[in-house]
Amino acid sequence: MKIGTPKEVLEGENRVAMTPDSAQQLQKLGHSCAIEAGAGERAGFSDAAYKEAGVEIIKTAAALWKECDIVAKVRIPTDTEVKRLREGQTLISFFNPGGNEKQLKMAADKGATVIAMEMVPRISRAQKMDALSSMANIAGYRAVIEAGNNFGRFFTGQITAAGKVPPAKVLVVGAGVAGLAAIGTSTSLGAITYAFDVRPEVAEQVESMGAEFVYLDFEEEAKDGAATGGYASVSSPEFREAQLAKFRELAPEVDIVITTALIPNREAPELWTEDMVASMKRGSVIVDLAAEKGGNCKLTVMDEKIVTDNGVTIIGYTDFPSRMATQASTLYATNIRHMMADLTPGKDGVVNHDMEDDVIRGATVTHDHAVTFPPPPPKVAAIAAQPKKEAPKELTAEEKRAKEMAAFKAQTKNQVTLLVVGAVLLLGVGLVAPASFMQHFIVFVLAVFVGFQVIWNVSHSLHTPLMAVTNAISSIIILGALMQIGSGSFLVILLAALSVFMAGINIFGGFMVTRRMLAMFQKS
Amino acid sequence: MDYGFTTAAYVVAAILFILSLGGLSGQESAKRAVWYGIAGMALAVVATLIGPGSGLWFLSAVLIAGGGTIGYFVAQRVQMTEMPQLVAAMHSLVGLAAVFVGFNAHIELNNVLAMAHDEREALEGFAALLAHKTPVEQSILRVELFLGIFIGAVTFTGSIIAYGKLAGKVDTAAKKLPGGHVLNASAAAISLLCLIWYFNTGGFLPLALMTLAALFIGYHLIMGIGGADMPVVVSMLNSYSGWAAAAIGFSLGNDLLIVVGALVGSSGAILSYIMCKAMNRSFISVILGGFGGPAGEQMAVEGEQVAIDVDGVATALNEADSIIIIPGYGMAVAQAQQAVSELTSKLRAKGKTVRFAIHPVAGRLPGHMNVLLAEARVPYDIVMEMDEINEDFPDTDVAIVIGSNDIVNPAAQEDPNSPIAGMPVLECWKAKQVFVSKRGQGTGYSGIENPLFYKENTRMFYGDAKDSVSSLLPKID
Repeated sequence: MKIGTPKEVLEGENRVAMTPDSAQQLQKLGHSCAIEAGAGERAGFSDAAYKEAGVEIIKTAAALWKECDIVAKVRIPTDTEVKRLREGQTLISFFNPGGNEKQLKMAADKGATVIAMEMVPRISRAQKMDALSSMANIAGYRAVIEAGNNFGRFFTGQITAAGKVPPAKVLVVGAGVAGLAAIGTSTSLGAITYAFDVRPEVAEQVESMGAEFVYLDFEEEAKDGAATGGYASVSSPEFREAQLAKFRELAPEVDIVITTALIPNREAPELWTEDMVASMKRGSVIVDLAAEKGGNCKLTVMDEKIVTDNGVTIIGYTDFPSRMATQASTLYATNIRHMMADLTPGKDGVVNHDMEDDVIRGATVTHDHAVTFPPPPPKVAAIAAQPKKEAPKELTAEEKRAKEMAAFKAQTKNQVTLLVVGAVLLLGVGLVAPASFMQHFIVFVLAVFVGFQVIWNVSHSLHTPLMAVTNAISSIIILGALMQIGSGSFLVILLAALSVFMAGINIFGGFMVTRRMLAMFQKS
Repeated sequence: MDYGFTTAAYVVAAILFILSLGGLSGQESAKRAVWYGIAGMALAVVATLIGPGSGLWFLSAVLIAGGGTIGYFVAQRVQMTEMPQLVAAMHSLVGLAAVFVGFNAHIELNNVLAMAHDEREALEGFAALLAHKTPVEQSILRVELFLGIFIGAVTFTGSIIAYGKLAGKVDTAAKKLPGGHVLNASAAAISLLCLIWYFNTGGFLPLALMTLAALFIGYHLIMGIGGADMPVVVSMLNSYSGWAAAAIGFSLGNDLLIVVGALVGSSGAILSYIMCKAMNRSFISVILGGFGGPAGEQMAVEGEQVAIDVDGVATALNEADSIIIIPGYGMAVAQAQQAVSELTSKLRAKGKTVRFAIHPVAGRLPGHMNVLLAEARVPYDIVMEMDEINEDFPDTDVAIVIGSNDIVNPAAQEDPNSPIAGMPVLECWKAKQVFVSKRGQGTGYSGIENPLFYKENTRMFYGDAKDSVSSLLPKID
């Protein structure tokens, strides 16, 4: 198959979807490669370099689209580009299928296959083609660099002969890939870095990068980000309030704010309000990585840098990866190359578009004259979800309710049956047994019941101590022996004495063993 | 002191015991819970000693002190790995004590019945209690003490065999005398006949006969249960000893005995049930004799076991980011928990994620591994249960299996004819690499071939677990 990469037509886009290196790798898979003349120029790859790597240089975009079986590019195609697609051709690119119905339909009508790079599922196997992550990584890094560029002070604190410089305080909101990259860059530059995310489980990752996680004083059933494929979901209004209150508290202190909070297929949530901007120090910098989706700060102007009345710079660029075109192109081209490797399992230049494969199925948005977006949920869970939460999430509300009702009914039925049987038995015993027996019997039944109730709650790791303790307690039999030891008969005294002795061993031994075991449990 | 005081003390003791069991729901509260238990026991014993119906309190105190000293020293000296045996051995003491107390009740009852009415009025203590019983109550008493002796005797021999199996003194394989379940059933039938006989005559002979039958049942039942099921057996015997105490409590008319016996009995029963559920086994089939024979031909295992040396394992560990350790009985036998703990802290110091995956039935007691790891000061928050961690194996670089076998056997999922088919197992073979530390090529406790050892990503790290892990330590850097 022939893989071609046209020049990006969008103004200001410097990246390119194929590098000389990736071309060589693609050729090893049995494909031939072509590139539009000058496509790699702005990313620092000359036509000569491509030629050397065995890539055919095609003069015009039109000719390239016509000749190649597979077209790989970066940005969402223009309408003109989509019109160029033809039957059986494959386009690999960012596509924004969630908000691009028109082009989806056009491509499907043409009979072309479109692989949208942002749709690659977030499973371990697909990480090597996760272009969103590799671009976000660059964006996070670049955001800190841009912030530093517009920030008038050092990041790191210094005490010099010319005076003391306080360290910069950086707040990163949203600890996704971009956020983590920003945290890493910012801490390595020496700034004091704080980070916040609505998913408390990322606190560990944040701390591993050297930043301090900002905890909220808020009790909520912690959402498991794993259930949503590792992305954040919408939070409750109360949670939002608590979060904004915390930010308001931080705003006067921090010098640099980097917001990266995005929720898939939604407008970016407003996290940094105008009053927070107003309370920030003169000279502070806000970098809003969510500018493309409306921005986490409402003052952000997309693709522009503005300075507010109180001297706060707000950067709303959306082309951070493009600003590091060489790096971004290398990573993106590698992602594409991995995607091609998965598409050509035989390494013989024959594309096998396996719609059973989770990754390929997930990323394919049109195939064989049909729109195949949105994909079915992957067979492999994106990230190992915490077990207790995985099952109910897949059910609809009604199914869930029906299931709960059924479970509840079954449980009620069980309990009622047991109670009725138990009651009948008790009554039966009560009919024949004398009163003195019934008194003890009631105590017995209640004790069994208490035992059942209490033991269900004992944690698994404590089962051995539990056994040791019950063993020790079962030597309560000593009471029986003690009551008999005062008898007149020698034989009775002997047997009772033996029993007391053995039970004595058990009492002390049992409790001692339990104490030894429990003394060992410690927290790290 | 009068009856009221003793009863009050019993109520307090009973509450303390309930708190003690309930407190075991968390590691921190458990430490307090033991003290509740100790206080409850002390209160119960003291209240009985000074209460009505007891005599010879000096002898009693001496005996308790003597027994206590022995118990204390044994418990102090025993190795953590020998804990299961110790618990089993102590159960047998409770069982035997229950048998003795039951016999005593029988002897006293007959003594009292032989007396004239005037003499009866002059009696004190337990005998006085008996003297005031109506004939119906005496019959019920006979049933109660009969049951107490029966359960006590089963517990006694059963615990001794369990002790033998756990300590390696008795062959661990499931064994049955010719006749199998028929023998058990006939022994039970004899006991039932003896009950009717005893109920009518009150003679000693049926009681003695029944005791022999019960001793046999205890012996034969536990002999018939394979080593892998021992955790269930131990907790089941625990439950029995509780029921025996409760039955004796009925015959002595002592409410505290009844309450505590019932608590212990029900807790043991639930524990056994939880464990059976974890192994996906039917409770009844475990109790009635070990693994059933395989239903069909077991899958033949293909491939070969590939060995690896210390350097290979060390390299893999140095490169890995996430590591899961799966300890089993082999770690306990080799006393390797200290070395494993050291390895863990070394790896964690390098920033690697190290976690432990504990199967519910790993080891010979429920929670056995947790106790050993705790002894070696492995923090308990990195020790995970099977359900918590099973999903994480595909994202794990290295899984280390130390002396476990059946609980990581993929045959449970892959081979419907395997004797352990359907039992939940730790899916360690889904990790990128698996190292199995094992003494030799033999099969595990249950005698089942383990296909895990033949998998492509499995490497066998032969040798004693402690030596193997210790030799790894200097190579982790």
